[in-house]
Amino acid sequence: MTNDKILLAHGAGGKLSAELIQKIFLPVFDNEILNGLEDSAVFECESGKLDFTTDSFVVKPLFFPGGDIGRLSICGTVNDLSVMGATPLYLSVSFIIEEGFSLNDLEKIAHSMKTTAKEAGISIVAGDTKVVERGAADNLYVTTAGVGKIADGINLSCSNAAPGQVVIINGYIGDHEMAVLLARGEFSLHSEIKSDCAPLNGLVEAILKTSGKVSCMRDPTRGGLATVLNEVAEASGVGIIVDEDLIPVRQEVKSICDLLGFDPLYLANEGKIVVFADENDADIIISAMKKHPLGKNTAIIGRVVEEPKCKVLLETRIKGHRVLGLLSGEQFPRIC
Amino acid sequence: MNQKSKTSEPEIAEKLLRAIRSYATQNFSFMEVCGTHTVAIFRSGIRSVLPKNLRIISGPGCPVCVTPMKEIDEAIYLVKNSNTILATFGDLMKVPGNECSLLEARARGAKVKIILSPMDAVQLAELEKGSKVVLFAVGFETTIPAIAVAIKEAFRRELKNFFVLSSLRLIPPAIESLLNSKKTAIDGFILPGHVSVIIGTKPYQFIAEKYNTPGVVTGFEPLDILQGLVLLLRQKTESRSKIEIQYQRAVSPEGNKKAVETMYEVFEVTDSQWRGIGTIPKSGLALKDKYSSMDARKFFDIPEMSAEEPAGCICGEILQGLKLPPQCKLFGKRCTPEDPVGPCMVSSEGSCAAFYKYGK
Repeated sequence: MTNDKILLAHGAGGKLSAELIQKIFLPVFDNEILNGLEDSAVFECESGKLDFTTDSFVVKPLFFPGGDIGRLSICGTVNDLSVMGATPLYLSVSFIIEEGFSLNDLEKIAHSMKTTAKEAGISIVAGDTKVVERGAADNLYVTTAGVGKIADGINLSCSNAAPGQVVIINGYIGDHEMAVLLARGEFSLHSEIKSDCAPLNGLVEAILKTSGKVSCMRDPTRGGLATVLNEVAEASGVGIIVDEDLIPVRQEVKSICDLLGFDPLYLANEGKIVVFADENDADIIISAMKKHPLGKNTAIIGRVVEEPKCKVLLETRIKGHRVLGLLSGEQFPRIC
Repeated sequence: MNQKSKTSEPEIAEKLLRAIRSYATQNFSFMEVCGTHTVAIFRSGIRSVLPKNLRIISGPGCPVCVTPMKEIDEAIYLVKNSNTILATFGDLMKVPGNECSLLEARARGAKVKIILSPMDAVQLAELEKGSKVVLFAVGFETTIPAIAVAIKEAFRRELKNFFVLSSLRLIPPAIESLLNSKKTAIDGFILPGHVSVIIGTKPYQFIAEKYNTPGVVTGFEPLDILQGLVLLLRQKTESRSKIEIQYQRAVSPEGNKKAVETMYEVFEVTDSQWRGIGTIPKSGLALKDKYSSMDARKFFDIPEMSAEEPAGCICGEILQGLKLPPQCKLFGKRCTPEDPVGPCMVSSEGSCAAFYKYGK
């Protein structure tokens, strides 16, 4: 292309728009449905239940250790489909781009989407691009929507948690938000922490193949583990008790949280899954999860109880307890 | 999570709790005077494992909570009325001023930057030569030396666009004021470990000598706090009043002489107003003459702000340990972390926020 920046004309539907599609999106996302360039994607569909979701992505910086907005936008939608027990099939992608954005960066992001989509085994079959004037958006916003298919007999819901079930998580919490936070450079702290951003459909498939006694799964994104536990306790009308000592948190994340006055239980994750399942199947589920590359550090972190209803309790390391409530607004770094 | 803490922490905790139970034969009220202690006590669930006759009350140890509303209003005035970037610690963002909070002011276009270290403000002034950068200096002895170093550095670099809005306070005079007021019966103090890393234990001797009350300089891990309580209870049982150090891995009786020297090279002691408590003699710090060109109150034309506090808010009594947050009529109703009235609900280290969040 002659210019290395996005111009308003790239979104005007004329020559430059066509060039953007032909030179970047089509070769990168390359698949039969998309290549037809129809107004919408048409695909075959078996009978049974379909699962459909959408998510928008705004992240600063666009590139961070462990991922970028492209990878994030694929994982976010794939994971929302997966935790309902669906096999993700097709995704659509929409870009809102600020005038002047680097074409090179856009191409990098598209490639990252392609790689992540391949990892998840799905195709990007529809898309759209809009360009807004400089200042009307912050670099780039991405929206993805996705369709998945739910196999017969699978019925996962956040209202299904019940006493006698355990709570399992597939590894360290807080890595994503901490990696992004530090990548902004506002805190002048340096670390090796990487976002955990990853498509979870493979892991979910392994879990559901192993046990038919999974009642609910959730990905603890914004608001973190504590928020997801509260949502499930509320929706199911049960209590959840988690053990501080069993929740995997990297020492580095813990130390930076201590410094900033943050609580890792409220930090966002992009490659974590919280599984509620019958305690009798806990062992086989855990061993199946540990065999998967995204589940090496899987741990049981708690259990579902009758009382106190709709509350989450944290058992602390000194065997005290406290209520884990919902977060109020953003976490801000403290004074000392 | 290392293996050692996994296996031994609950066992040590149980041992300490056994000692606490055996010493706590009567009612005791101990006060902690540090926001970090308030939060650590809630987060580790210490209250849930202590015997009922042992009461822990939170004192005026959260720097955000004791900052009078008029000082928040001064900061808001600066960002709204001059070409100024305010560099502030994060906890101050949500504190409501008379008209709005810094967070709301930022949403309306004011330039407010959250910093982690006072030196970040100096860097900012260096980078933004066309703007005036004001460091909203809030804190106790723990943060004051770092602020003093930043000021000296800005002076050395001859930065003409760096200013300080000082809202710094000292812990020992606040404790003395509480002991003098006699409104609160305090049987002993859990003293902040971080503060003593700087000032040592000498400035606290009056607590034991003049007021016959024990104090233990304590660390912030759950086991530190339990051990601090054991040491306090042991003094009570043996009818002793001493200032002891639990947090020996970081605190020496002399403290950090260099840090204290730096503090007083830049600042001089002045009377200071504490939110809800009133003026406490010699409890605040103002810039010395040498640095007065950086004093935001002298450079900018800040009008006198109203000292009126919001109606119905009992933060003052809470900060003095006279009342607990749930005793406030506004608590959890008109005043929540989403829409706070008083500072104790705003700061992550405030008693009200801790009570609300961790569900006492």
